[in-house]
Order: sequence, then C-alpha cells, then structure tokens
Amino acid sequence: MSINISETLTFECETGNYHTFCPISCVAWLYQKIEDSFFLVVGTKTCGYFLQNALGVMIFAEPRYAMAELEEGDISAQLNDYQELKKLCLQIKKDRNPSVIIWIGTCTTEIIKMDLEGMAPKLETEIGIPIVVARANGLDYAFTQGEDTVLAAMAHRCPERSLLGDGRDKTIQDQAMRNIFTLLPLRKGGEVGTGGPMNNLKKHPPLVLFGSLPSTVASQLSLELRRQSIQVSGRLPAQRYTDLPSLGDGVYVCGVNPFLSRTATTLMRRRKCKLIGAPFPIGPDGTRAWIEKICSVFDIETQGLKEREQQMWETLKDYLDLVRGKSVFFMGDNLLEISLARFLIRCGMIVYEIGIPYLDKRYQAAELLLMKNTCKEMCVPMPRIVEKPDNYNQIQRMRELKPDLAITGMAHANPLEARGINTKWSVEFTFAQIHGFTNARDVLELVTRPLRRNNSLEDLGWTSLIKREKKEK
Amino acid sequence: MKLAYWMYAGPAHIGTLRVASSFKNVHAIMHAPLGDDYFNVMRSMLERERDFTPVTASIVDRHVLARGSQEKVVDNITRKDREERPDLIVLTPTCTSSILQEDLQNFVNRASVTSDSDVILADVNHYRVNELQAADRTLEQVVRYYLDKARRQETLDQSVTNKPSANIIGIFTLGFHNQHDCRELKRLLQDLDIEINQVIPEGGSVQDLRNLPKAWFNLVPYREVGLMTAIYLEKNFGMPYVSTTPMGVVDTAECIRQIQRHVNKLALLDRTFDYESYIDQQTKFVSQAAWFSRSIDCQNLTGKKAVVFGDATHAASMTKILAREMGIRVSCAGTYCKHDAEWFKEQVQGFCDEILITDDHTEVGDMIAHVEPSAIFGTQMERHIGKRLDIPCGVISSPVHIQNFPLGYRPFLGYEGTNQIADLVYNSFTLGMEDHLLEIFGGHDTKEVITKSLSTDTDLTWNYESQLELNKIPGFVRGKIKRNTEKFARKNGIADITVEVMYAAKEALNA
Repeated sequence: MSINISETLTFECETGNYHTFCPISCVAWLYQKIEDSFFLVVGTKTCGYFLQNALGVMIFAEPRYAMAELEEGDISAQLNDYQELKKLCLQIKKDRNPSVIIWIGTCTTEIIKMDLEGMAPKLETEIGIPIVVARANGLDYAFTQGEDTVLAAMAHRCPERSLLGDGRDKTIQDQAMRNIFTLLPLRKGGEVGTGGPMNNLKKHPPLVLFGSLPSTVASQLSLELRRQSIQVSGRLPAQRYTDLPSLGDGVYVCGVNPFLSRTATTLMRRRKCKLIGAPFPIGPDGTRAWIEKICSVFDIETQGLKEREQQMWETLKDYLDLVRGKSVFFMGDNLLEISLARFLIRCGMIVYEIGIPYLDKRYQAAELLLMKNTCKEMCVPMPRIVEKPDNYNQIQRMRELKPDLAITGMAHANPLEARGINTKWSVEFTFAQIHGFTNARDVLELVTRPLRRNNSLEDLGWTSLIKREKKEK
Repeated sequence: MKLAYWMYAGPAHIGTLRVASSFKNVHAIMHAPLGDDYFNVMRSMLERERDFTPVTASIVDRHVLARGSQEKVVDNITRKDREERPDLIVLTPTCTSSILQEDLQNFVNRASVTSDSDVILADVNHYRVNELQAADRTLEQVVRYYLDKARRQETLDQSVTNKPSANIIGIFTLGFHNQHDCRELKRLLQDLDIEINQVIPEGGSVQDLRNLPKAWFNLVPYREVGLMTAIYLEKNFGMPYVSTTPMGVVDTAECIRQIQRHVNKLALLDRTFDYESYIDQQTKFVSQAAWFSRSIDCQNLTGKKAVVFGDATHAASMTKILAREMGIRVSCAGTYCKHDAEWFKEQVQGFCDEILITDDHTEVGDMIAHVEPSAIFGTQMERHIGKRLDIPCGVISSPVHIQNFPLGYRPFLGYEGTNQIADLVYNSFTLGMEDHLLEIFGGHDTKEVITKSLSTDTDLTWNYESQLELNKIPGFVRGKIKRNTEKFARKNGIADITVEVMYAAKEALNA
C-alpha cells in the first residue's frame, strides 16, 4: 500500500530544525486523565522550567506531577540513583498515595544512562506501588509522542485476558460495561424504543480503544460504536490505573490518535492483539471511515452512518462557507497534521504543505489512503508532506505561497501575524475536543477563529505590523 | 535529587538567551535536544514580540549521542551566518550539552574561521548558575569580547563625552517591567542633563560596545544583571558605577546624589552639578508618593502587616519602601536569589522582623500562612498562595505572567515608579480591608440578588436568630443558601424567616 501512496503523495524529509513541545508535556493531560496516577519527571531544571511555563496556571492546582530534579551529584554519580528515587517515591506515597507512579525519563537520564527500567521493578516491590517507566525525551520524540511512550509502557501492565474467562477478567469486563451503561440515559431493561440497535449488541470479539481522550469524547465515541451494535470493552488509558483493560490473543485494538504507533506496535507484538488500521475519527469523514473500518473487521453492516455524516456536514455549513477555497500551511509539531489536513481538504480547503515531526506510514496507512482519495474527490493537488521540517525554510516557502492560514506553534504565531499571515496555534488542537461527529464543529471553530477575527479587522489597514522587512531575500 | 514542583529562577541557558536576544542582530544557537527552544514561545507570547526570536537549536538527537555533533554545530553556525548575517552568534550550552562534554569551544573556533559573524561560546555551567547569574555573566562576556577586540584593532576610543553621559546596563527581554523602567530612567537622566551613551543589552548593537567607555559613569538599575559588567568596566577603564536601585522616593534621591558625586568628579571646575533642588521638586510635587505617605489614606496602613518576597532588587527595595516610606510593618522579607543572600540581608536589616532566603515556594507559602499578613508583595507564585489563603497580593518581581507585561506605562523605577508603587500598595491593602469589613458585616448583597433589581428591601424579614445562623455559614456558599431560603419562603408564602424556615428550605431542596 505504501508504494502505492508514494506514487502520488510526495514525502520529503528536511533537517529537523523545527519548534515543538518536549514530549514530557504529555504529563499535563495524562495526569488529569488517569485519576489515581502520579507522574515523576526525572530531569533537570530545564525540563521543570518548560513544564511550569507551558502548563501555566495548572501548576498552582497542586498537580499530581513533580520533577525529580537532578543535581550535580546525580550527574557525576556521587549520589546513588536508587536511594534518591526511593526517597522521593516514599515521599510521594506519603503525601499523595497514588495507585501508580509513572517515571518519565528525559534526555539527561538517557545520556547518563540511568537504568530506570532496571530500578523500577525493585523499587516497586520495596514500596508497594506499581512504577511504570516511559522514556519521553527530546532526543527521540516530539510532543504528543510522549503519550505514545507512556501508553506503550502501560500496555505491559494491562491484565492478561484469559480465554477461559477467569474471575478477574470478568469483573473488569463487567466494570467496563457498567461504566458505559451509566453514561447512557436510555438503559431501562432494554426496551426503550430509541435504543433500537443498542439492545441487540452483536457478538464480536473484545475491542479495546487506545489513546487518551477527554471522558465526554470517549463516551461519545463509544456511543457511536454502540449505534452500530459494537461494544467497547476497554480503553487504554482507563480513567483509573486500576481499571486497565485486559489484553491478549483475540482482542482487537484500534487507535484514536495518529501519534500512537509505538503503542500499536506494543499491543500487536507483545500483547498479541489484532490492530484495526483505520483512519482516525477526526472530522465527520474520518469518524465515518473509522467506524466503517471497525464494522468491516467485525463483519457488521453499518446502519445510517452515511446519513449521520451528511447530517453533520449540514450543521457545519456556515463554517464551510468561510473556509472553502482558502489555503492552509501546516508547519507541523504534533502529528495530528495528516488527519486535520485530510478533514480540511474535505471541507474545501487547499493544503499546501503538511509538516509533521514523524510519519509512521504503516500505522497511518489508512489515513494516508483516505487523504489521497479525498484529494481526488475534491479535485485538489496532493499536498507535500514534509517530515522533520525546517522552520526557517518553511517560513521562506510561506513567504512565496502566502497561505490564508498557517497552523503553527506559538514561537512563530505572533511574528507571522505581524507579517499579515493568519495563524492558528497548533497546540490547541491537542487540548481541544476534536474527535467524533459531535466535535467536528470544534475543529472548524478553531480553524476559522483567525479568519473570523481578521474579517472584522480587515478594513482597518493594519495587516502588516512590522517596521520593515529586515533583509528581504 | 530533589522533589520540585515549581522554581523561581530558570535554568542557565535562559539567562544567556535573554541577553543574546536583547541585542540587535545577535543570534543564539542552542546545543539542545528537540523541544528545548521553549524560550522562543515565552518571548513571543509574553513580550508579544513581532519579530522571530533570534534563537535556533542545533538539535542533539540519538545520532549526536552516538557519534558526537561532528559537523552539525559548525554547519548550523555557518548556515545561520549566511541566512541572517548577524553581528554575533552565541553558541549556548544547555543541561544536555554540559553532560555530553563535547568540545564546544572547538566548534566555535572552527566556525569563526568560515563565518563573517563573530562567534562566541557562552561561558555558563548549567549545574552551577541559574538564569539570573547566567545572564549577568553572558552580558559581561559579550562586553569584554568586544572591548578586547577593539583594543586589539586599536579602535578603542577612551575619551569621554563632552557633556556628562551614562550607560544604562541590565535592561533586557522578559525582565519585570524593564521596558517601562528604561523609559523612566532615560527621562530621569534627561532631566539631570545627562546624555544616554548606550543602553545594553536591550536594543543595543554589539558593534557599538567599543564606545561604552565614552560614558562618564554606568547606571546598573537591577542588582541581578549588569553588575559584573559594571565591575569589569570599572576595573579596566576606571568607570564608576551607580548600583543603587532608584526605586522608592528615598532610594531614587540616593541614586541621584551618587550620580551627582560621580558627575562632579569629572566635571570642569567652573561647572559643578547640584541636583538637590531637582530632588526636592520631584519628591514633593512630581511624585505623589511623599504626599501620599502623609495623607490620611496611608495613615490607615500604619502597622499593617505585610510579607515581601521576590528577586533581591525588588524585594529589598519594596521592603524599604513599605517600612520606611509608608509605615507598614514588614513581618518577613525574603528573596530567592540565594547567591546574593548577604547583600539582601544587609539591605533589609532593620526594616523587617524576619528574613527568609529560600527558593522553595512551599516554604514561602508556609511562612505566609503562619504570619497571616494583610497583604503580600511577591511574584506570581505568591499571588497564587494569596488566592488560596484569601490574602491580597501585589506582584513586584519575576517570575511573572503575561499580565505583568502591560501595554500601558508602568515603571517601577524613578519618580513615576513611586506613583505606580503607591497605587499598587494602596490597592492591595484596601482590597484587603474591604474584604475584611465585608466579613465582619456579613457581606454586601450584590452577589445575592434574587430579583433583577439591586434594591435590597424585599418583603422578607430575617429574624435575629436566622441572621446569626446565616452568618455562621461559610462566605462562599452563604449567598446561595440565602437565595434558596428566600425562594422557598416566597413560594410558601412565608414573610418572616426563622431558623426553622431555613432548615425547611434546606430539606425541601434536598428532597
């Protein structure tokens, strides 16, 4: 398939001099997602400074994360790593009593080769709290890939699903069922009319979705699948560490985010799960394709999906009028770029360039195929996909292309705005609710915000607000 | 290893980058892994900078870890040289590069052969110095580099200007109200008929640094950054410097008197400068702070307890202003500049009950909770501690949020600065007083309106016991309870609210 794609889509690779967040930023959303966790970032002041500034006010809410700040004695091994970490973890246990401590390895622990994976099991038995190690460092990963490393590490901790169905397995399944049912107001003995297809759930192998989502979005996606009589038996990560789904041979898994390739690999290779490779449920087109793919794997015929998608597009009409024919440039920093670009092309936009930190062509194969088909259907040229982009070169290209919108990091947003280019901060897409049918509007709300704001400023004659372009090249 | 949730001063490279990017046409290249260029975000967001921050990274990735940077750093330097044609490129080490122990100086030497720009390696050790110390060093290093260069090229002009002139040293990007302070200082020197020779590093050009010795003296407004440079210039060029921060009425006068002494030393005999009448005029009539101290408003603040915490400059000055100029009792004054503890202690000695030197915010929080002051003057962290404890806080020092980069004119230094500080202090305390009075008198009713109008005369009367009962309820839910009770009473046609009615309402609501 990938050969097929490369014939039409162009892939490039630049220098990798681009701006993105450090992957340790994943603690910001994961600690909120996994309610009984504590994240300990083993790193230096640099990491701490990044976290405290990037997360702004969150730091004042007594978060369940902290830095284990390495000092000169730790670097030169005058202090014993194990004893130091034990001291800190005991303090965390005393103060917060979490169900799991997640150690985030950083660049520094990599360079000094601190054996976090080796120490964790020993310390775990000594203090009686599970310790999960994730190496989310800037040497290897970018921004959202941090979540990928954490979830991949956590996948090892999921209970084994026994085919005989022992007690533990069953309670977990039931728990998951109950959780889902409590979210549904319709549950009354299975005879409420509107629940139609929900009441005859088809028998299918267990399905576990991986990727952290805000809980409302998670239940929205479950509901969409239930409409097709598919039962989600668990999620990675679960709301609590103690509720991790059981995995094993015969469990089907499906990703909800494009940056989870390590997790997908771990689930397939180490936990013997079957991966459903689907486009990601971003935008109505993506959501439909995602559900269709899952249904096709389970041999279920979809019901009313096309209508549902159509209905969603209807509700987006006002925003679509705004974006149609406008051009976008993704500078690339969070790996959501391909899916977002595909959705925006379907909305009638023209995408010039998709910068992306890292592209796993196998994990994103279905998404890439969908994008290719979308381009054909919308009769727009295929965008160039630039892996490891070079921000300097991108800005030169942007000068020539003059896109209507640049989706970019915060380091470049204000300078680009001052040069008359509309920008949208890419980070917002990682924190906003963008998955499923229901949230398609939110994506467009974000994308159109600079366009709407600048519509009202247009007539004031202030588009370029720099004194003069320093050395025009 | 230490458990840390928050820090006051950032890592060393931030200081270097702040100095480098404050100069015009200077580019910094960090030897750092992906994601460490967060400085660009801060500068672009907090300062609302219109230009691209002149900082890029020479990325340290797996390959670098395995084989060393090799050509990468040199290539990145020469590439930047071609693209941006900067005057100077500063190679900036980070925590990562300091443990990799690559020979960065060697890269710099190699790169400077091929590039037109000057190239230097910032001389900072990540594990020994913090952001502020690093900034101080880097500024001195850059100044020394260019003065040495000028001396070698014999372009160094050591003659001083005809008219009295000054360099302002230590104004830089992401500094607390630095832009406004700079404007105020320029105005002050202009009033004194002193020319500004150079302001560094903000907006300065490295090519002009060789003219630094032309000034009569150096003014170092902030303790944290610029002092090393001033000392270097004094040692090598005999330039005197004034390091008294002109913050508050008394210290501003003191600063001007010191300037007067230095200026008169160099002035020709027939022309001596006397700034006393200027000081008098400014103190009494331009600054409102002296008058404010006499006014009845300020009388009400007498003996009120306050806690001060921040960087050494601002915390020391603020402590002196509160104690000396406003009669406020400073229960505790503290700083996170541990490296400058001695100076700080000496400055605030006699102006406060207790001195706290720490960079652990929980210690500061505990101290505030223990003292229970009427107001706090601190950083954004203390503002949040204040929020939790219900104590008002005025922000007087970094670390700061975007709100502390106001668009309007808000200096802390000079005579206009005294006005700003008086407002800040007064507003913090009145808010505290108002809050306190509200607590005593059971709150005013604006939050608790149940009809659309603001008028409070309703047809319902609360008897004495029920009012007592209502006042026992914690402030933050009281309004709601009152509203619910009245709603219940109205629905049931009850005109007099008794304790029984309150309970009935509560039960009705729970049912």
